[in-house]
Formats: sequence, structure tokens, C-alpha cells
Amino acid sequence: MNYSLEVKDLAYAYPDGTQALFGVGLAVGRGERVALLGPNGAGKTTLVMHLNGILTAGHGTVTVAGTPVRKDTLKEIRQRVGLVFQDPDDQLFMPTVRDDVAFGPANAGVRGEELERRVKNALDRVGMLEFADRPPHHLSFGQRRRVAVATVLVMEPEILVLDEPSSNLDPAARRELAEILRSLEVTVFMVTHDLPYALELCERSLILSGGVIAADGPTRTLLADPDLLAAHRLELPYGFAIPAERG
Amino acid sequence: MGAGHHHQLYRPGASLVHRLPPQCKLLAVLAFAIVVVATPREAFWAFGCYALLLGAVAALARVPLTFIARRMVIELPFVLFAFLIPVIGMGERTTVLGLSLSVPGLWAAWNILAKASLGVVASILLAATTEPRAVLMGAQRLRVPSLLVQIAMFMLRYMDVIVDEMRRMKVARESRGFEARNMRHIPVIARSAGALFIRSYERGERVHLAMLSRGYDGRMPVVQEFSASVRQWVIALALPGGALAVLGMMAW
Amino acid sequence: MHVPDGFFNAAVSISAGVVAAAGVAVCLRGARRELDDRTAPMAGLVAAFIFAVQMLNFPVAAGTSGHLLGGALAAILVGPYTGVLCVAVVLLVQGLFFADGGLTALGVNITIMGIVTVLVGWGVFRLITRFAAGKGAITVAAFLAALISVPASALAFTALFAIGGTAPIEVGAVAAAMGGVHVLIGIGEGLITAVTVGAVLAVRPDLVYGAAGLAKPLVLRGADGSITEAPGRPDTTEKAGVRPFVLGGLGVTLILAGVVSFFASSSPDGLERVAEDKGFIDQTTDHLFGTWALADYGDVGGIPVGVAGIIGVGLTLLVAAGIAYAVRGRKVRAEA
Repeated sequence: MNYSLEVKDLAYAYPDGTQALFGVGLAVGRGERVALLGPNGAGKTTLVMHLNGILTAGHGTVTVAGTPVRKDTLKEIRQRVGLVFQDPDDQLFMPTVRDDVAFGPANAGVRGEELERRVKNALDRVGMLEFADRPPHHLSFGQRRRVAVATVLVMEPEILVLDEPSSNLDPAARRELAEILRSLEVTVFMVTHDLPYALELCERSLILSGGVIAADGPTRTLLADPDLLAAHRLELPYGFAIPAERG
Repeated sequence: MGAGHHHQLYRPGASLVHRLPPQCKLLAVLAFAIVVVATPREAFWAFGCYALLLGAVAALARVPLTFIARRMVIELPFVLFAFLIPVIGMGERTTVLGLSLSVPGLWAAWNILAKASLGVVASILLAATTEPRAVLMGAQRLRVPSLLVQIAMFMLRYMDVIVDEMRRMKVARESRGFEARNMRHIPVIARSAGALFIRSYERGERVHLAMLSRGYDGRMPVVQEFSASVRQWVIALALPGGALAVLGMMAW
Repeated sequence: MHVPDGFFNAAVSISAGVVAAAGVAVCLRGARRELDDRTAPMAGLVAAFIFAVQMLNFPVAAGTSGHLLGGALAAILVGPYTGVLCVAVVLLVQGLFFADGGLTALGVNITIMGIVTVLVGWGVFRLITRFAAGKGAITVAAFLAALISVPASALAFTALFAIGGTAPIEVGAVAAAMGGVHVLIGIGEGLITAVTVGAVLAVRPDLVYGAAGLAKPLVLRGADGSITEAPGRPDTTEKAGVRPFVLGGLGVTLILAGVVSFFASSSPDGLERVAEDKGFIDQTTDHLFGTWALADYGDVGGIPVGVAGIIGVGLTLLVAAGIAYAVRGRKVRAEA
């Protein structure tokens, strides 16, 4: 099978000695949308940081579309893996939306009209084209997250990695983002503890707990197993029932 | 994120001064400051002319004098020091209003006050008519190392965020009845500083990660260029040029 | 205190500018080694942090307050090279946007508030942590490093003033006033630095550049819960050279001390003059800085002010070494 992302035996400890990952293994096929579920402190963000080589594996390997993540492949890897951070304020560091979206392709050497075209296209895909000349900190939180997605889409990545995409969004912004994500023809790997959002967007889910993958299967099946959820400090929101399968 | 500093420093406008490229203005202010510093302190009327030149720039840029006066408070500590010099200075003494004052001390006080004030006003005018980011782009055009410029850009971008965070911590302290009054309270302030550092640094790490994920390799991509025409250089350098002419007439 | 335009003569402003430019150039190279491509965002954030903390004025004694210089703090937290860059950028931004500190005096300001505080602070810090390890030693070292860096900066100011100040004030009086006030400010700076470093050490020890990372071997957790040790060693981060900084710090301290004492002792008539005017000076300084200014740093018992300054720095260093030794001794015993 042709995987977008493959992780084998990944272990990592922080410089202060705290170990966060204890041998993670997973694979995501091309075009799949997969959710990584897990309680706070399970090592979700640490795992995400390995996917584009921000952190270097202490042990094990990460492979993106057949290319292993190594020091000499970093530049290529970072163009293929689009990482959307939890806090858009971390991601948007340039004075205007346009500059921010242009930052990635400009680093890759794109200039002039081609740069302009790609920036416009990416902003259009998230419905933010009219805000191109505004400073990011004048936008609403939901708008900023959409711009953050655009800054990553403009790189035309192989796989989109989102860290808690639904956090701090009001219901309308949450729905709009879901629509945008569904409209993209790209592999999506999203990390969340928002179980309904995972169910809405992803066919398949993984549970990361205690630094290892504890379960892997259809989202619907995993969420229907209350014992499994309870064992890993996951809970469906009060009053939430898994809706019947659509046609 | 609320009102930050630079919003108070910069006064948007479309005057001739506002439209000059930042590198021209930067160099003009620096050259002006050098001419002012090089002027002998006995040249009272030269300092008067310099003040008039700055007044003309302020009028041209439509920066109100009250705005400049408010911003000049920054000078206060050295003004106090300047007043002290004649009192504790050495040399020949004279008596003014019953106080024994040193004559060279009076000269030194005048010298520092006049030169420092002119320098401060010139800087205020620069900051009032140029966006902070543009000032830094101008500095980069003037061959200031790009790493320094980048550091300053990040500092400006996140200064609001951090100062805001500090304000929230201060509110939290004071809403629980804390107020810094003497040395015993320094540890409390220091612990706040520690928390502030961790927050700042962690944000720095995350921003850096976000930059890395988009291919940053230690250099900022240059997408837009500020270029200056000869005419703009001539206009900008009129300020130090005028000052130099005054100084020349003095010497002559 | 930021030096404005016109305070020093051209020779001093220009030579300080050259020193500052050279220092910053060295640090631009060195900082890449400390933080590689993280330099710009990290140093920017730390600069914003120092700027924010400088807004926290802390009370020193009745009526006076001081603010942080931040050089020692920055050096301990992000490394000496990056530390100098942070302080330099703070001063650049303050000069360009806030008109705080003159543009022609930028070199002087960077030299005395950036380079001197970092060199002295980092030198003292490394000297102590070399002989004693552990969180306690790091906190103590941070306190002393910051404490000494402030009067050192004041001494540098005095030395520059002696060479090319435009005000006709007795160098001894400047040294006394600056030294006195800044020893007190130094205590505040030391406390803030030590507690800040301590607070960061407690939560994120990996963020303190001056503290070594504790690397342990990785383990793998099997599906059955079994734990095995992973092959291969984790990366250990190496530290930038220590010796150049210790030597540089000592060098700067000695040069400063030498210059100051030279000027203090080569003008005996000036000193006599101070003695004559002493009643008068006592009166003004009493009022402005409190009696301790001259009592601690004056020519008590005929010791020239500059020499008193060097003795002070030397004594402080001795005390620092003593404390470091004591801390280490306790640690060794505890481990035994």
C-alpha cells in the first residue's frame, strides 16, 4: 500500500529527561482522513512535532510518502507536511495575511506572479481572500485559524496535519472549518479530543495513550465502546449519541 | 490584543514626511543628531535654529506639539541629573538666587539638556511619521545586519502580547491586594518575571516551530523592496543639511 | 539609565560605537551556535521579555526605584551571545521608537548595559557553576552574577565619564554616586534574576541555558506493558565555550578597575578638592542618595574611591567563591 505517512517504533524524551513517546507505530494511506484521539498529556503534540522533523526521533522512524524524515530531507519533508498549530497566534507572525501566506512559498524560492497566484488560490480555498491586506491580529479567532490553514495549503502539501482544529471555535466557525476540510482533496491527519468532530470528519481513528497507540479502527466502532474510552480518559459530550449511519 | 505601544508612537498620515522612504528618514535623523552633538555649546542661536528646523518638520508632518511634549517625558531622569550638575560641579563658582553654582557645571547642564532634547525630538518625529516595521526595513536597507532586524521585528510583533500578559498578571496580583512597596516585595515581582519568561519563551518556541514548518532556514525571504529616488534623498537630507549650514555659518 | 545625545564627547561616543559594533558582530556569529536557526524568534521574544520586565520598577530604598538591566538574566537564560543581542535590540528599539537613549549614544549604551553586564554576569556565573552544580548553586550564581554586573556597568559608565564626560564633575563623586546607587540596584537585580532563574528552573529546566540537560536512556513500552531499553544514546547538547567568557569577564573587570583607579589616583588635587568640599558633597548626596553612598564608596580613611571599588568587587567575588564552595561541599556530603 502507498502510505502518505508511516511511523515505526517512535520513542522520544525531552531534554529534561521526561519521556513522552514509548514506541509509536501507525500508517495513514493516501487520501485518508484519520483522527488521533487521546487525553491531555498522552504525547499527541509530541508525536505531531515528529511528523515534519521539528523533533528528531530518539528511536524509530517517520516516513512521509516514501521519504524518511532525516536532517538531509528536512526541506522536502516540510513542504510535504502541512502543520496547522493549535494557536493561530503562533502560526501567524507576519504583519499582514498576504505576507503570512506568502512566507512558505517565498522560502521555497517562489516569486512574482506565481507567488501572487498561489497566495490568492490558497486564501480563496478557505474563503479569506477579501482579508488579504488585513493584519492577522485584527481578525476573529475562527478567521485566524482559517488563515493558518491557508498558510499551509499554499505549500500544496501531501498531508495536512491539524493540532486540535476545533478548539476555541464557536459552533458556526466549527462547521465552516469542517466544510473547508471536507472540500480539500488531501490526506488529513488531525489530532483532537473533540470526539464528535472526529466522527464527523474521519472514517478511521487511532487512540494514543501513555505514549503508545492503544487502539486503531473505524471511528464509529471506537466511540461506541464506552469501556475503551473510559480506559483512556476519553468521553463523549453529555447527551451525545452516535447518529445512525448515513445512507 | 488591545492597544499596544506602537499605535501610540506612530501617527498615521499622508504628509510629505510620512511618504519618504524609511531609510532616508533614518539617515537624516542620525546625521542631524551628529551635527547637533558636534555643535559647540556656546552657539546658543545655532541650537535655536535647530529647534526651528525640527518645528518645521513637525508642522510639515502635522505632528502636534502637545504630542511631542508628552513623549518627551522619557528624558526626565537625565533632566534631573542635568539640574544636579551645576550644584555638585567643580571649578569657578557663581551665586544664583543664593545657591552656589559651578560655572562649568552650568555650561555642561545646558550642553546636555539642549543636545539631548534635540535628539529626543528628532527621534520622536521619526517614530511618529514612520511605521515601526518600515523603520526596521529602512535599517536593513542601511546595512544593519538582517539578523538584528529580524530580532527587532519579532520583538515588535510580540511586545504587545507579552506586555498584555504582564498587565494581566499585575491585575491578578493587585486584585489579591498586593502592591510593591519595599525590598521585601521583590521576590513576588521576580516570580512574576519568571512566569512571564516561561510564557514568552514557550511562545517563541511555538512561533519558531511554525516558521520551521514552512521552510524557514534562518533567513527572512525578501518579497518587497523599499527603494528611494534621488529626489526623496534630497528632501530627507534637507534637515541635516540645514543644520550643517547653520553650523557652517557659525564657524565662519 | 539610558545615556542621551551630547552626554559624552565625540571620541568616547565613537570608540564606544566601535566596541559595540565589534561586540555585536561577534555575538551575531556566536548566537548562531547557541540557538542556530532559532536565534531570531527566540532572541526577539526574550528582548520583548526584557523590555516588559524593565517596565516593572522595583523599590530600592525610600523614594528611589530601579529597573532591571537584564544582561546577566539574558545571558543565563539564553546564553551570552544571544544575551548581548537581546539587550542590544532592546536598546535599539528604545532609541529608535521611544527616543529613550540618544542615537549617537547607542554605542555607549550597548557597551555599558549590554556587553559589560553580559560579560561580567556570565563570567561570574560560569566561574561559580564550574565549582558547584545543582539548582541551588545555579540560583546563587545567578544572584551574584546579576548583583556584580550592575555595579560593573556603573563602573564602566564612570570610566567612560572619566575619559570623555562633558560635565565637570569630580570622577570620584560620580563613582561614589553611581557605585552606591547601583550596588543597591544590583541587589534588586540579583534577587529578580535569581528568583526568575529559579522559577524557570522549577518548571522548565531545559530552558535555562546555564543549566546542563539531564539526559536519560530511552525505553520502549511493549504491548504487554513490558519495558525495554532502546538502543543508541540520546543527543546530549553541548555547551558553548566557557573559558573565553570567564577570561573576557575578568579582563573587562580588571580593565575597568584599572582605568577607574588610574583616574582616581592620578588626580590627587581632585581628591584633595573632594576632601575640602566634602561637607558640601555629603550634604547633597545625603539628600539625594542617602548617607551610604559615600560611606560605602567614598575615600574613607584615605582609600581612593577607585581602589575602594576594586576592593569591593574583589570582596564580592571572594564571598561568591566561598558560597559556591560551601554549596558544593554540602552537595558532595549529601551524595556521599
